Amino acid sequence: MPAPLIRTRGLEKIYRLGDSEVHALAGVSIDIAEGEFVAVMGPSGSGKSTFMNLVGCLDRPTRGAYALGGEDVSTLDTDALASARNRNIGFVFQNFNLLARTPAIENVELPLIYAGVPAAERTARASEMLARVGLAERLRHLPSQLSGGQQQRVAIARALVTRPLLILADEPTGALDSHTSLELMALFQELNRGGMTVVIVTHEPDIARFAGRVLRFLDGRVVSDEPNAANDARALLAQEATA
Amino acid sequence: MNLLALLRIALRALAVNKLRSALTMLGIIIGVSAVIVMVAVGAGAQARVEEQIRALGANLLLILSGARTQSGVRLGLGSNFSLDESDAFAISREIPGATAAPAVRGGAQMVWGNSNWSTTIYGTTPEYLPVRQWTLAGGRSFEPAEMSGAGKVCIIGQTVVKQLFGATDPVGQTVRIRRVPFTVIGVLETKGQSMMGTDQDDIVLMPLNTARNRVLGATTLAKQRAVSVIWVKVEDGLDTNAVADQVRALLRQRHRLQPGADDDFSLRNLAEIMAAQEASSRVLTILLAAVASVSLVVGGIGIMNIMLVSVTERTREIGLRMAVGARTRDILGQFLVEAVTLSLIGGLVGTLLGIAGAFAVGQIAGWRVLLSGEAVLLAVAFAFLIGVFFGFYPARKAARLNPVEALRFE
Repeated sequence: MPAPLIRTRGLEKIYRLGDSEVHALAGVSIDIAEGEFVAVMGPSGSGKSTFMNLVGCLDRPTRGAYALGGEDVSTLDTDALASARNRNIGFVFQNFNLLARTPAIENVELPLIYAGVPAAERTARASEMLARVGLAERLRHLPSQLSGGQQQRVAIARALVTRPLLILADEPTGALDSHTSLELMALFQELNRGGMTVVIVTHEPDIARFAGRVLRFLDGRVVSDEPNAANDARALLAQEATA
Repeated sequence: MNLLALLRIALRALAVNKLRSALTMLGIIIGVSAVIVMVAVGAGAQARVEEQIRALGANLLLILSGARTQSGVRLGLGSNFSLDESDAFAISREIPGATAAPAVRGGAQMVWGNSNWSTTIYGTTPEYLPVRQWTLAGGRSFEPAEMSGAGKVCIIGQTVVKQLFGATDPVGQTVRIRRVPFTVIGVLETKGQSMMGTDQDDIVLMPLNTARNRVLGATTLAKQRAVSVIWVKVEDGLDTNAVADQVRALLRQRHRLQPGADDDFSLRNLAEIMAAQEASSRVLTILLAAVASVSLVVGGIGIMNIMLVSVTERTREIGLRMAVGARTRDILGQFLVEAVTLSLIGGLVGTLLGIAGAFAVGQIAGWRVLLSGEAVLLAVAFAFLIGVFFGFYPARKAARLNPVEALRFE
């Protein structure tokens, strides 16, 4: 059996608020294999966001070990973490986080700029990715000229353009209506079927049901870790169309 | 990330808030143009002083007769005719590299035809012209026979020419000075005002003996051979101060002054006086530039202020850039380039405005202005440094943001 893509051992994160200490994460040890589609659930304050920040190399754990793709990243310095994020992780955020007044294609190119990819290759890869998420006709559109679903597709194209090890999505459908959410989940499932590891943080069971595995967090611990018979978002969309 | 990419990001960010960017630049624009105008005005004044020094002759000594004390009342310089023409000849003869020209001075009315004019008379020797670096516009200088024989000849300045003769060529004409007929043998070149504001063209030169005996009258002079001033020109390349010391020693010896006794004459080194004036005008230039630089610094603070606002406004953008892989130096570079772009564009616009302003001041106020490439380059370089200096703190603040908090920033 190959080494898991994500391996955490006794992951802890303690925040200091004045004199008191908050155990946001109190020892999380899980493995996520390549090609999995994992939903991370839990109420607010359960530690799922902290878990995502650590897995996404945005933050360092107070204690514990974290290996991403076999490489220990729990002790990297700020710039090495930035480079690890750039190479390995594609982020998708609830509020899209696109650069305003910047065309879709330039938004998608952004991670490649920091990776030092030459301009011609950047443009080629970015337009390829936008085509893949169904926005081939909207390369030069500004975010303000795109719908919410289209903006999130641009964000997904931006996450994919560096060919990362995994896509990390934080409430990706939080700002979208249910139909658009369904379309987006279909896209995630499609990517997952293509071999991409997807981790989605959500508090909506409606979204989690499309994942193949559900992790539930409570008070900084994983309280359940179960496989899930994933619904097929594409099939649901087809049903909706016929109904 | 290369500079060009950073520049594109900076220009886009600045274009988003055009009015704000323009107002921020205005501080730098005003600062840079103020520096350029002020330095141009100061340098113009300095150049004028330097020109006057050159016109006067850089290595010139002026010896005045000393003060006379009469019943305890000191009568001021020139009241005691302690200098006489033999002192001048002795200086020329005994001190190598020194040429002395003695002179007596007085005022007199000149008449030509039906016009008349009151002017200053200088009785002197032919050496006077080379010593003062004055040149003739026409005619000739005095001849030895005219010197020894108290010839009734004179050389007149341009103001006298204009007042008495108008368009007529004065050379060869006969004028009357105190009822004595004189032949005009030469006309001086225009010299303009002296640094003290006196008209150097309102002058008549004549042989020393002629002035003493025929015009000013021996009664005004205690001794027949006395003179009121001696001008000494020191040859180029010699130390003027050293020659001045030699002249002083020679005069003290000739006047039989005991060691410790005061000089009975006053010796002034004009180059020194001029150098002091030049130094003061240079200080003025520096002062003007310093005052103007203050506005440049204020402009820099404006940049810092706006960059801090910009960093706060764009916290989420910074968080996102970090999430997709921007390193500390990428963010630092981005905001630094933005600040420097603001200050450099401001600097360039300010340069154009400053050059235009300097010309305008020159035209309107009639001042001499002198634009130098170095001043312009210095102002732009200073603007650049202001951008780096005042942009650094906000940029570092941006680069040190925690990506988790920056992404969550509302």
